Amino acid sequence: MDLVLKLSYMLIFPGFLFLVLYAMACEWVDRKLYARFQNRVGPPWFQPLADFIKLLAKEEIVPEAADKIMFRALPVVALAAVLTSFLYIPVWDITAFHSFPADLVVVFYLLTIPTLAFFLAGWHSTSLFAALGSLRTLTQLFAYEVPLLIVLMGPALLAGTWTISEITAFFVANPGLLAVNLLGFCVALVAIQGKLERVPFDIAEAETEIVGGPFTEFSGRLLAITRLVVDIEMVVLAALISAVFLGGSFGLGPVWGFLLFLLKTLLIVGLLALFKSVVARLRLEQMMKFCWKYLAPVALFQLFINILVKAFLV
Amino acid sequence: MARIKVPIGPQHPALKEPESFNLVLEGERIIDAEVKLGYNHRGIEKACESRNITQCIYLIERICGICSHSHSTTFVQAVEEIAGVEPPPRALYIRTIIAELERIHSHLLWLGVAGHEVGFDTLFMYSWRDRETVMDLLALITGNRINYGMNKVGGVRRDIDSEQARLILESIDLLTERTEYYIKVAVNESTLKVRLAGVGKLPRETALSLGAVGPTVRASGIPRDIRKDDPYAAYDQVDFNVITNEYADVFGRTLVRIYELLESYQIIRALIQNLPDGPIAVKAPRKIPAGEAVSRYEAPRGENIHYVRTNGSEFPERVKVRAPTLANLASIREMLKGGFLADFPIVIAAIDPCFSCADRMIRLSGDGKDALWDWERLRNYSIDWYKLRGIDFSNR
Repeated sequence: MDLVLKLSYMLIFPGFLFLVLYAMACEWVDRKLYARFQNRVGPPWFQPLADFIKLLAKEEIVPEAADKIMFRALPVVALAAVLTSFLYIPVWDITAFHSFPADLVVVFYLLTIPTLAFFLAGWHSTSLFAALGSLRTLTQLFAYEVPLLIVLMGPALLAGTWTISEITAFFVANPGLLAVNLLGFCVALVAIQGKLERVPFDIAEAETEIVGGPFTEFSGRLLAITRLVVDIEMVVLAALISAVFLGGSFGLGPVWGFLLFLLKTLLIVGLLALFKSVVARLRLEQMMKFCWKYLAPVALFQLFINILVKAFLV
Repeated sequence: MARIKVPIGPQHPALKEPESFNLVLEGERIIDAEVKLGYNHRGIEKACESRNITQCIYLIERICGICSHSHSTTFVQAVEEIAGVEPPPRALYIRTIIAELERIHSHLLWLGVAGHEVGFDTLFMYSWRDRETVMDLLALITGNRINYGMNKVGGVRRDIDSEQARLILESIDLLTERTEYYIKVAVNESTLKVRLAGVGKLPRETALSLGAVGPTVRASGIPRDIRKDDPYAAYDQVDFNVITNEYADVFGRTLVRIYELLESYQIIRALIQNLPDGPIAVKAPRKIPAGEAVSRYEAPRGENIHYVRTNGSEFPERVKVRAPTLANLASIREMLKGGFLADFPIVIAAIDPCFSCADRMIRLSGDGKDALWDWERLRNYSIDWYKLRGIDFSNR
């Protein structure tokens, strides 16, 4: 019985099946909001699903010169990584499905795998545009990853643990301390915009410059999977931010806790969409400059505040 | 760092029309750029020689989808000069109003394209929404959103009544408000500004020596505008400023275009208020006497030149079109050099290119193809070419 429950958690709810559908719903929310901000009508609610099904039915073309195995395997590796990382993030409860000491580091590591997988996939597709896009993907990684890790350290420091579930539990016990990390929350939002490669940090897939970036040669099922990975990554990151910075479900029990989870993730998706619609795409070197010159110092400042709070208040 | 050559085009998402740019890159830096034209040759000049003047206007109007009125006006002006026909003042005023409405729709379109090229799609959607206002106006006055068909030798084909004049003034007020908002966006939105400022530098001297035209040259601080330098239509009747600035980069070109919109609104207001009464056309002869003329016109993208030679029949003997894009293409290489790969779409977009307007010839090289071919030989070559592929055009 326990095994069935565990399997259903992983595969049906809130694991694979729910996550895929919710990721598509979030993609729709993102696209619809983006469209409304731009004074457009936007897609109908089933558009992401329809896109997915259509891509599945399309012909899959693997470039002649590409490394066939790597080209096919990497999107699946990326998918596996993001799906796994979700198991360590609390959904309706304070504790996650699976939790062990310092799982925040593991989740952070797992969420880096898609970026690396896309870099390798672009590199192995041997197209000029894909190679350029891959290099940009990897260069970008060094810009946003450090500020993101520093701000994630803030709440961990306050709670005195590297475990996501325990961080959530700490903030549920001390909700007042959530306000301390407001700055960190903003930095995290900007950084995950970079991680998800969205405007203004969609440098790696800048369509007017390098066509489709690392995904230039992808088509059919493989493209469907890569797009799904990006969608799921958005939900997982939103859930992570919500658990670490917003106190997750606040331990309100299955129903209310779950609704709160949906509300918070959708709020984060909405903020990301708003951010996306008010800025232009930066250049690679401008992004590096922005992330190191402004984002990283702000993140460090946040960490400093956390240290002071930890030393004198907690 | 190793140098790589990136082929941009003939097919590429940043290019709305086929054109080839080979960029030599060192990392993200552009070391050199090679521009190749000739993917859009349509033989319009040659086709004009076998059509009468009225049919030519129809064809010439289709050189460009955006500045259709520019081309037809330039052509009609040349023919009128040869035939010695003086269009009545009201016709000239209406021509100018349409010309300015066209400039508005072209500049708003450009603003959207520029936004898209730097990944600012919100600006793209906003400016194209506002562009609909002027498109509706054009449809109201002429019956068409593009290719207005307003010109004929000796005047225009449709009048503007008082109701239309009222609607124009109303829409202009709305557009003025929107344009002032875009000025604020361009000047204050920091991500947009960092993408535009200092990109695609074209110093004053280089712009002069490469013969750049239109907003491109005006952003390099040179007040070159045919509307002022060599007034045509009703431009000598209105007061307006030639917008220039000293930025000499994409940001400067953006500002020139946005401020030109405000000037266009002023011109249209003045023209509508002083619209003279009278006929909108005079009768022109069907057969144009022998002669030749050069006509200049400030299209939204820059100076447009047409040369027409007639021989006394109803067909022109020679028509030569020099679209503004051709004049600006030479400076693209200078603007790209030393820039970033990420900047190439906006640098190219900043001249507001219309490649299909610019192509007047194709030059094939190698295999004895570089000799000059006459019409008959070209025709036979094309027939043979298609025969080899199983299509026979020789009996059509």
